[in-house]
Formats: sequence, structure tokens, C-alpha cells
Amino acid sequence: MTEITSSSAAVLAGLISSKKASSVEITTAFLDRLEKLNPKTNSYLHFDRENSLAQAKKADQSLSEGTAASPLHGVPIAVKDNLTTTDSPTTAGSKILEGWIPQYDATVVRKLREAAMPILGKTNLDEFAMGSSTEFSAYGPSKNPWDLTRIPGGSGGGSSSAIAGHLAPLAIGSDTGGSIRFPSALTGSVGAKPTYGAVSRYGLIALASSLDQIGPVANSVLDAAMLQDVIGGHDPHDSTSLPDSLGSMVQSVSEADVKGLRVGVVKQLSSDGFQSGVKACFDDTIERLAAAGAEIVQVDCPSFEYAVAAYYLILPAEASSNLAKFDSVRFGLRVTPEGNPTIENVMAATREQGFGPEVKRRMILGTYALSSGHYDAYYGSAQKVRTLIQQDLAKAFIQADVLLTPTAPTTAFKIGEKVDDPLAMYLNDIATIPANLAGIPGISVPNGLASEDGLPSGVQILAPAMQDGQMYRAASIIEKIYTDQWGASLISKVPDLEAL
Amino acid sequence: MAKEQLMSYEDAIDRFEVVIGLEVHVELNTVSKMFCGCANNFGSEPNTNVCPTCLGLPGSLPAVNRKAVESSIAIGLALDCQIAPTGRFARKNYFYPDLAKNFQTSQFDEPIAFEGEISIELETGETFMVPIERAHMEEDAGKLTHVGGATGRIQGAEYSLVDYNRAGVPLVEIVTKPIYGALDKAPELAATYVRAVRDIVKSMNVSDAKMERGNVRCDANVSLREKGAEKLGTRTETKNVNSLKSIENTVRYEIRRQAFILAGGGTITQETRHWHEDRGHTSAGRPKSDADDYRYFPEPDLVPVKPSTDWIDEIRLTLTERPALRRKRLQAAWGFTDLEFRDVLNSDLLDEIEATVSAGASPQSARKWWTGELARLANAQQIAVQDLAITPAQIASIQKLIDNGELTDRIARDVVAGVLAGEGEPAEVVESRGLKIVNDEGALIAAIDKALASQPDVMDKIREGKVQAAGAVIGAVMQEMRGQADAARVRELILERAK
Repeated sequence: MTEITSSSAAVLAGLISSKKASSVEITTAFLDRLEKLNPKTNSYLHFDRENSLAQAKKADQSLSEGTAASPLHGVPIAVKDNLTTTDSPTTAGSKILEGWIPQYDATVVRKLREAAMPILGKTNLDEFAMGSSTEFSAYGPSKNPWDLTRIPGGSGGGSSSAIAGHLAPLAIGSDTGGSIRFPSALTGSVGAKPTYGAVSRYGLIALASSLDQIGPVANSVLDAAMLQDVIGGHDPHDSTSLPDSLGSMVQSVSEADVKGLRVGVVKQLSSDGFQSGVKACFDDTIERLAAAGAEIVQVDCPSFEYAVAAYYLILPAEASSNLAKFDSVRFGLRVTPEGNPTIENVMAATREQGFGPEVKRRMILGTYALSSGHYDAYYGSAQKVRTLIQQDLAKAFIQADVLLTPTAPTTAFKIGEKVDDPLAMYLNDIATIPANLAGIPGISVPNGLASEDGLPSGVQILAPAMQDGQMYRAASIIEKIYTDQWGASLISKVPDLEAL
Repeated sequence: MAKEQLMSYEDAIDRFEVVIGLEVHVELNTVSKMFCGCANNFGSEPNTNVCPTCLGLPGSLPAVNRKAVESSIAIGLALDCQIAPTGRFARKNYFYPDLAKNFQTSQFDEPIAFEGEISIELETGETFMVPIERAHMEEDAGKLTHVGGATGRIQGAEYSLVDYNRAGVPLVEIVTKPIYGALDKAPELAATYVRAVRDIVKSMNVSDAKMERGNVRCDANVSLREKGAEKLGTRTETKNVNSLKSIENTVRYEIRRQAFILAGGGTITQETRHWHEDRGHTSAGRPKSDADDYRYFPEPDLVPVKPSTDWIDEIRLTLTERPALRRKRLQAAWGFTDLEFRDVLNSDLLDEIEATVSAGASPQSARKWWTGELARLANAQQIAVQDLAITPAQIASIQKLIDNGELTDRIARDVVAGVLAGEGEPAEVVESRGLKIVNDEGALIAAIDKALASQPDVMDKIREGKVQAAGAVIGAVMQEMRGQADAARVRELILERAK
């Protein structure tokens, strides 16, 4: 069944709707593969064959009785383990939630169920999505299918490695500073962070509420667009969700036309600090776009220089408050110290044992940044930087329809290489963070293998807020340029996992 | 705990200037909670009105209750506040097991209403303008019950139970500016102000406003300074005082306690305190300093509330008459003396009497029913008079039967008892219990004759001018008629007979 597991979601959806294959057959193929290969990649934290097959059976049944519930009817999907699911544990990669089975489904999960998409399992992540390698998962790192000694990026390395390893045709990720886009770049997959508010956050275990956004991880731009169409839209449970629909992303992909497209290259994110092979792939993309008829302009976003610093004040501040609820009183781990402990002792012992080092580091940073006497200097200033970044972007988008940057500064690094160097780890997201601070959409599309290590590189496309369609159009153009050149998607070149 | 020493109230007032500040929490009576769709319902089984949001489960998000915002704006307008065109919620971060998220979603630097005032009339007729700093929206916490231990507090308890039904119930917190110059009237002003706020929220029907249920709770801040001093003294904050009488007592006690300490050269500890109505004193709670750090920051899960001017104007139109104005109007219309009217207010019976009057009873008869017989009955059952199972309309119809001479006052009380016993409407009770006055003169004369037969000397005594002798016959007749006769008419008939 290799053809099935290496097929795009769009192809699988076609097989199902034309009754050439059933959802049960397709889901079985992925379950067979992931049961065999997940020990190698550690992409999934939880999966349950019977449960997934029951959902697939239901999808087949409803299709035979009537019309398709969605264009992805019957296509199975992996879900990041920071989205609540009533039929599976939800840990957010943390010991503090080990064994917790939520009482409610996240809105996105509900939409997947309504779209008749069987859930294959829950994918690994850095604890509470804090990290860019999955090395901070309490359940061990995921491995990059291109090289199992390397990380698949983070925090959504479980989803990206599942896609690259063909352990799922589609996956859900969440992106607070690059957690969808960075792993996609490192695994040769496509990952999109929609406009803030385009997808409901209800049921997403919050990292930083003003930055978090759920999005698709996929084999192709079309697959990602199809999935965004399923999960997007207003949700009364999330007051920050956009009131109006952004239209069909699939429609936008079909309208892709490079002629007249104005492509902005961000001065601050196109020169220093990138691995040479990554930079070469990026320059190649720009040249090819220009050759195909796009207009290339250079744009200046001086405040991007402060983006990482601002991000590492806003994120820890919000996270320190969001993670306060993990106190052992109502759910999750409870550690009761010896003797006659008070509630304070129990809370402290639970949090001491339940949270990992990166989570503690960021909570301490955030608590400090919000404390009185420091608020203005830290949180207040960071919010001002946020405004400046939005202003820079507003100006840039007068000159250009989309902005391009390399998604990640490097290709996938070795497990253990940066884990003891928080600053080095934080800089992985230098190109992806501005989109979260500004609330704009961004997508990473594969743009080749870096010459020095043969590992995937990605190009990031940014569009103005609520112009997700424009982002998908440009992404589709770039994808087409490369697939025409390669004769297939980059992901088809991934080594055979079974042989590794 | 050793009883604290106090200065006499008169000496304390002579020597120090009192400054008070009042924070009143009003629980709104919206159908659902502040940030989720759970029922806002007092008295349900514990932890039944809960959902992922008010339990603070991972992944849950708040959504603002529009009706709660409307009620908050109405309260702001009633207190002559300005309404903020845009207001953000904020998170107040602290760990406590009754707080599901370990932060309270509140408003910090952008309250929905600010800069208001309210005129308060004291018993002497003197009026005081109380300046309002702000009224802001927030959510209530869950309810903790500490089991075991001596104090009923969390310290020393064996274990504690949490009921999250109250978690997320909408609250409006109304904060005054410091109130200067109330002098010896400070305790009365505090209680009268809280009563005024309670009356306002009750009359607008935005809160059930039952203090005994905690729908309206007051934190009373008290500080003293030497007369003429500019700097404010250190204040204490007595939390959750929940009756008008307790508010007055709390402020009075704190004045006396602080005065004793200050006069002895001591310093006041800035702290929260608790009022014990049974023992008549406050006790120290936790020390509180201005350095308490709640790490407030704007709530990123909610978009700002932006009430349009149209909406605010619409709410303004729905505002009911100010309770103070209404009281003035009703006292004038009813012609009650100050004493009678104060009695009505103190028993909280304005609404009932007004309803009884509009159902046709005279104001005086309505007043007598509610402050008299009905208050007595309620008191005997230890319930609020409002909770008696009889309506103002029923009282008015009973009064009408009296006015028409169909019932005597005494028999009317039997009718009330029948209504309270669930025997139906007054007319049905009169019928079923056979309580109609006997107006049949033939029957009365027969009864009189029977009575006279056993007391033959009465007629002579009357004729000799000893009219009071008729009393014995009247008594006998009333007994014969089982009370259902008009005693005055019986008397007339006897006197006629004697002529």
C-alpha cells in the first residue's frame, strides 16, 4: 500500500469520493505504517487503531448513504497533542497532564469529526509547545525522517515528521512563533499559520494567547489549503476568532498566476545569519520567481531586529499566566509531599515535578516581566515593538503583495546540539516570529535541499492580515516552479524509513 | 484571642478625622455566567453549573456575556458615571484553589464606568455626595468550604471542598473615592450608601440584591488621621461585610480600635480584617501591602468591549426612577409620617406596600398589614416577610372585604391564615371556612334574646345608665355567632332593645 501512504490528501480524497478506495483501507494503510515506524520517529504520543478505524468506518458508511461531509471526507489526519480530544489523552507534551482525557473536543477537532476525517493519533511536541526541536517534550524527541539523528523542528515536530515520514497524509499544528512553519521547513513539508483569528483556538492548550494560531501541515500547498478550508471560520467560543470567512483557500490556489506578482524580499531577513545552503536555496527561489515574471522588490523592516526580544517577553508573560491553572486541584498530576502538606505545598510540588526545564524557564521570565516595577520596561516595551513591526509590515505590503524569507536559518540540526543553549534555540524562529507578533499569515514551502548537508530548506511566504488567499496563491506558484523542476514534490525524495 | 482595646467613640471622633472608602461587589442576576453559558443559579447542587471555561480546563476560552455588560453599564449610568467607549479586561494573577484559572478575569486600568457620584441622605435629612471612582466588571470565584480545624478558615482545615457553581458569576465592583468629612456620621454613611447601592441594583433588577446571600457584599476601608493632618493614615480593609448593620458596626469598631492604637503612639498595620457580627469585633486577616503583585496585564483571550453610544443611550432609557426620588414621591403620596415611613424602609417593605396600594388598598391599611400582622407572622416563622405565601393583591382584596363590612379585622386575620395555608384566594377561604360576617339581623336578635335570657338584670342596668353592662351580652352574642358578627352592630341592637 505504499502508493496510498505516499499520496497527497487531495489524491486520497479523490479515491474515496470516486469509491476507488475506502476510508477504512486508507486509514488502515497509515495505521499499519505508523505502528511499524513510529518507534523510529516518535511522531505520535497516542494512537488507537480501533478508535481510528471506527471513525473511518463511520465515514465510509455516511458516504455510502449520502453526500460527502467535506472535500476531505474519509481522509485520515494526525492532530498535535495540545488540542483537546475526548477520545484520547491530551498531554501537550507535559508530565503534568499525563493521562488526562479532556471532557470536550477542541473546535478544530469537532470540525474534523464533522468533516468525516478519522483521527490517526496525537502528535508529539515540545512541552506546551515551548521549543523548536521537540527535545523539550517530556516524552522524548521526535526524529527527522530525512536523518533520524536530527530533530524534525519544533514545537510541532511530531506533526512534521509524521507528514515527512508518510505516517499521516495531513496533520494539525499550532504556531506561536514558528511551530508549524519551522518544522515544515526542516522536513520538506508544507505548513501554514493562518491569520490570527482565522481558526478557532477553543480547545488549544494555550501557550501565548495573543500569538497562538492553529494551522495545517501537509504534503502540498493544495492539501494545506483544503485543510484550512475545513478548520477555518468564526467560533462563538473564541472571541478573538474573525467574524467573517476569509473565503476558500482552494479557490485561491487554483487562481495562482505569477504574472504581476510583487514579491518583497525583507532586507533584515535575507542576508546574515543563514546557513549558506539555505541562503542559496532562497536566492534560487527569488531568481526563478523573477524569471517567471514576478516583480521583486526589497523592503525594509527595521523593527524586525527587536522581534525575537519582544517575543521572548510577550510569550513568557502570557504563558506564565496561562499555565497557572496547572495546580493539581481539578485535573492532571497531583504530587503530595510528605508530612502534613498545605495546598500551597501540593501545588508547588506538583508544578516542580510536572513541568520541565524550558517551561519553568519561561514562566520565571514571564512572571518577572509582568511584575510591578518591571511591567513597563518589559511587557510594555515589547507591546510597543509589536506595534512597530505591524507598522513596518503595513509599509512593506504597500510595495509588495507578499514577502519572502527563508523559513529557518539552518537545516535540521542534530539531537542535543542546541538543547543546552536557550538563546541559540530561540534564534531558530527569527524569521517566523514577526508574523505571530503582527497576526499575519505565513506559510513554509520546500525550496530545495541545502548543498552542504542535503537536508530540506523552506521558503516562507508572508501576506497581509486576512489575505491568506494571497499567501496560498504565491505558495502554489513557488511549489509549481519546483515540482516542475524536480518532477515531483520534495517530500517524495525522503529516504525510505523502513530501510533506515 | 485577647480582646482588643478600644477608645470611646466620642473621644475617637473628637481627636481624629475619619476617612472611609467602600468597595461594593454586586452579583448580577444574568441568566448565564460572565464568560460562559453556564446557568447563574444560586442553590444548585455543587459543581453542576460548570463547563470547561468556568472550570478553567486546559484549552478553554472565555466569551463575554452581553447582558452582563448591559447591566454593568446600567449600574454605571445610575451612579452618574461616564461609560468608557472601549474597555479591556485584564488578568489578576494569584494562586488560590477557588480560582479555577489561578487568575481572575477583571478590569484593571480600563473600567467600564468611572467618575460618578451619588447623593446619600442620612437619617437627620443631611445629604452627602459620595464620589464614585469606578465600577468595573469581573467574575466571582468558586466557593470554598473548609472542613475540620478550629477556625473554619483554610489554615488548619483537614480538607477543603470547592463548589465552582459560583465561579464565573458576573460581578460589578463599585469603588468609591476616599470619603472625607463624614465625622461621627461615617458609620451611618457607610451603611446608608451600601443600602442606596443595593436599592438601585434591586430597582433596576440587575441583581437579586439579597445581602444575606452575598449578592451584595461590602469591603470597608477605614483610616484615621490627626485632625488637620494632610497625609492619609494607614487603612484597614474589612472584607465581605454582608449586612447593613454589620457595615455600620464594622466602621464604628475600626474607628475605636484604630484610635486607641494611634493615641497610644502605635501604628496601624495595613491588613485585611474580618467582621464577626456575633462577637461584635473585627479580627486580623492577612497582611496586605500596596506591594501585593497581581501582575495585571490585558486579557489576551478577549477583545475589548466597545459599547456604542446608541447602545448606551438605549440602556439609559431603561433606567428606572432613582430609589431616593421614588421614596420621596411615595411618602408624599401616601401621607406617612417620618416615623411610619422609616419603619417601612427599615423593614424593606416599600415594594410590597406600593403593590398593595396599586391593587386598591389605602396606603395606611397596606402599611398596617405589612408592618403589623404579616411582619409578625413572618417573624414567628423566622422568614422574610417577602417570602410569605401571600401576594399584595390578596392583601388588597382582603382589605376590600373589611372596607365593605364583610369581614372584621379579626376575621380577616383568619382569612390571611387560610391563604397562607394554601387554601386558595381570600374569597375562597371566606367561603370554605364560613367566615362571612352574619348580617342577618333576625339571627343577631335571636342571639341577643338568648343572651339576655341568661342575664336578665343587664337591661335594667343599661336603662339606669350603666351602658358598659352591654359588654357581657355582646361577648355572649359574639361567642354564639362564633365571632362572625359585627360587634358594633350587636351593641347598637342591644341599646335599641333597652330603649
